[in-house]
Amino acid sequence: MITAKKFQHTYNYGFIDETTKKEIRRKLLKAVAIPGYQVPYSSPEMPIARGWGTGGLHASLSLIGPDDVFKIIDQGSDASVNACNLRDFVKRMTGCKTTFDTGAATLIQTRHRKPEEILTERQIIVFQVPQPEPLRSVERYEFKTRQMHAEADYAKMWVSLYESYVKFGAIMQAAGYPVRVHGRYIMTPSPIPRWDVPNLSMAPCLHVFSAGREKRLHCVPPWTKVEPLEFEDVKFCVEEFRGIVCAASGGDRAFMDEIYESETARKYVMNDPTSSTKSAPATVRCNGFSPIRRPRRPRRKPFLLP
Amino acid sequence: MGYVATKGGEDAIANANQLVEFYRVKERTTPIEIAQIQAQFRLLIDKIMGEGSLYAPEHAALVLKQNEGDVFESAFMLRAYRATLQRRYYSETLATREMFVRRRISSAFREIPGGQILGPTRDYSQRLLDGELAEETLGSVEAFVAAFEGELDSSSLRAVPTIGKVIDLLTAEGLLREANPDENRRVVDVTREAIKFPAPRSAALQMLARAETGGLMALAYSAQRGFGSVHATVGELRMGEVPVRVRDARGRVRVIGRVRVTEAEMISKIKVQKKDPVPYLSLGYGLCFGQNETKAICMGILDRAMRSGGDAPCQSQEFVLYHTEGIESYGFTNHLKLPHYVTFQSSLSNLRQAVERKEKKRGNLGFGMAAAAKKETSA
Repeated sequence: MITAKKFQHTYNYGFIDETTKKEIRRKLLKAVAIPGYQVPYSSPEMPIARGWGTGGLHASLSLIGPDDVFKIIDQGSDASVNACNLRDFVKRMTGCKTTFDTGAATLIQTRHRKPEEILTERQIIVFQVPQPEPLRSVERYEFKTRQMHAEADYAKMWVSLYESYVKFGAIMQAAGYPVRVHGRYIMTPSPIPRWDVPNLSMAPCLHVFSAGREKRLHCVPPWTKVEPLEFEDVKFCVEEFRGIVCAASGGDRAFMDEIYESETARKYVMNDPTSSTKSAPATVRCNGFSPIRRPRRPRRKPFLLP
Repeated sequence: MGYVATKGGEDAIANANQLVEFYRVKERTTPIEIAQIQAQFRLLIDKIMGEGSLYAPEHAALVLKQNEGDVFESAFMLRAYRATLQRRYYSETLATREMFVRRRISSAFREIPGGQILGPTRDYSQRLLDGELAEETLGSVEAFVAAFEGELDSSSLRAVPTIGKVIDLLTAEGLLREANPDENRRVVDVTREAIKFPAPRSAALQMLARAETGGLMALAYSAQRGFGSVHATVGELRMGEVPVRVRDARGRVRVIGRVRVTEAEMISKIKVQKKDPVPYLSLGYGLCFGQNETKAICMGILDRAMRSGGDAPCQSQEFVLYHTEGIESYGFTNHLKLPHYVTFQSSLSNLRQAVERKEKKRGNLGFGMAAAAKKETSA
């Protein structure tokens, strides 16, 4: 007979067992050391479905400690149902503090957005990635894409961008725009909108990209150059929100959500509402409309002997 | 604002959880006991244990109850539970020759040493509804079991010997060959390291053993219908219990229990080599938890197909292994239910700009959707 005891199960801190956490942290270090390179990792099953943020959880739960303040957003929103569920899970498994305030968080997990607020050296942002392979659209076999990365053979990618321009008059890649990291690996920045892509470059925070189902981790370390793929004469463009203001805050210069209150009435609100009160985001517009405004790397004071 | 109502997310989840629990019990029928599920849904439990990759019949019964019988969800939950258990040992190689055989057939020969044992199977039953089951009572069950056991003459039951394999006959005659003798024989554990391609056969077989039965069947069927041309014969299909042994800290091998497994050895021709024009036979191997013959057979076909090389879907390791992984495909196909409005907005922006470009070209700027949208918002 079954005794009730049999099903009483206590979970390890952060759900994942220590050996596996250690393995994930080692793979993360490797990913930091080789910016943009996809590191295969064990990717244990989580009590959250594949494709719903398991990769993000692996990274977050292997990094998190008792002093961390955790924030999680989905599509930019703290209140999105999946974000709520994952927040509850992380909180239950670690007892960590959670926050909605981007600035107060030490560890941020996100799906499909990078917060507009500039993150600092003291923050790590973990992206949930559905498909880590930027070349998948041009080469379906993993075996071959790994080879292409190894040889930096990105010809097919360039051709596909060129073809898009010829067919449609623009590079039609929407979210997850391919970028080159530190002048070497081509990476997909998870499907964040193009709006967020300039915010990855030379940022003070560590970006961790984690794809649970595909079992790959990659990183953009702090102060690393991230360039969207573009041609000399056909430039990378962010989403068009010209002349659009937020119906709630009146602000602009932020990624907007399109809201339909009825079949005809449409309005826009800022996707990341926490940013509306803070500094304007770094953005780049079409054809160099406004240059990337990125934080300066702090100059180290010369060390003088007394 | 649907499923991202500000601050509403947590309440919505709590309510949904409560509601679905209500749906589970709202008819107020007698709760099913775990022991009942375990005993009466034997094949379902086997399937869940196989796909959940954990041999734990009671836990499988529990998750089945918890999920109102959803097989995908149950296998997934079992897998997630499995991931919380530390792996302490790797077992010694299972010896299926030692199996306590409950069922064993070969379609390659009429008679085989040890005999064909049909065992518990519905293969040759007529698939007609049994109305009497609707009226089944504990009394009628007991009467049947007593009558069945009464017919058995326990004095004539001899100890079941271990039964040799059918393929031994072919091996002895030299007709059975390795499909590709120089393939990677490294043993890897896909739960500890991500699969890389080309994957060693051990990884491929492990993934097949954890794969979703329906997915395996679809691809194995495609191989039989001509997308990959594996014309396999069931060399031997056996089901029963095998002992599991591990090596303890002192290096002694100990039996830790028995698991019920189904094993399929599928025979098919190998590609003829130029220097050796004999179409020798080779094995495709399938082994899975419990009694799940469809799965074992399809594993056998796909194991063979993936090693044969060719352009058909079933001949590509990446295609077969990634897409039959039930837990992952279940999760990912269902993730489409998550909000995607940011990425969708990004595509919409592209689309509207494309429309605008087209209108500009035509010279009728000011009538299109994009222009209308702008007018509306700036107003």
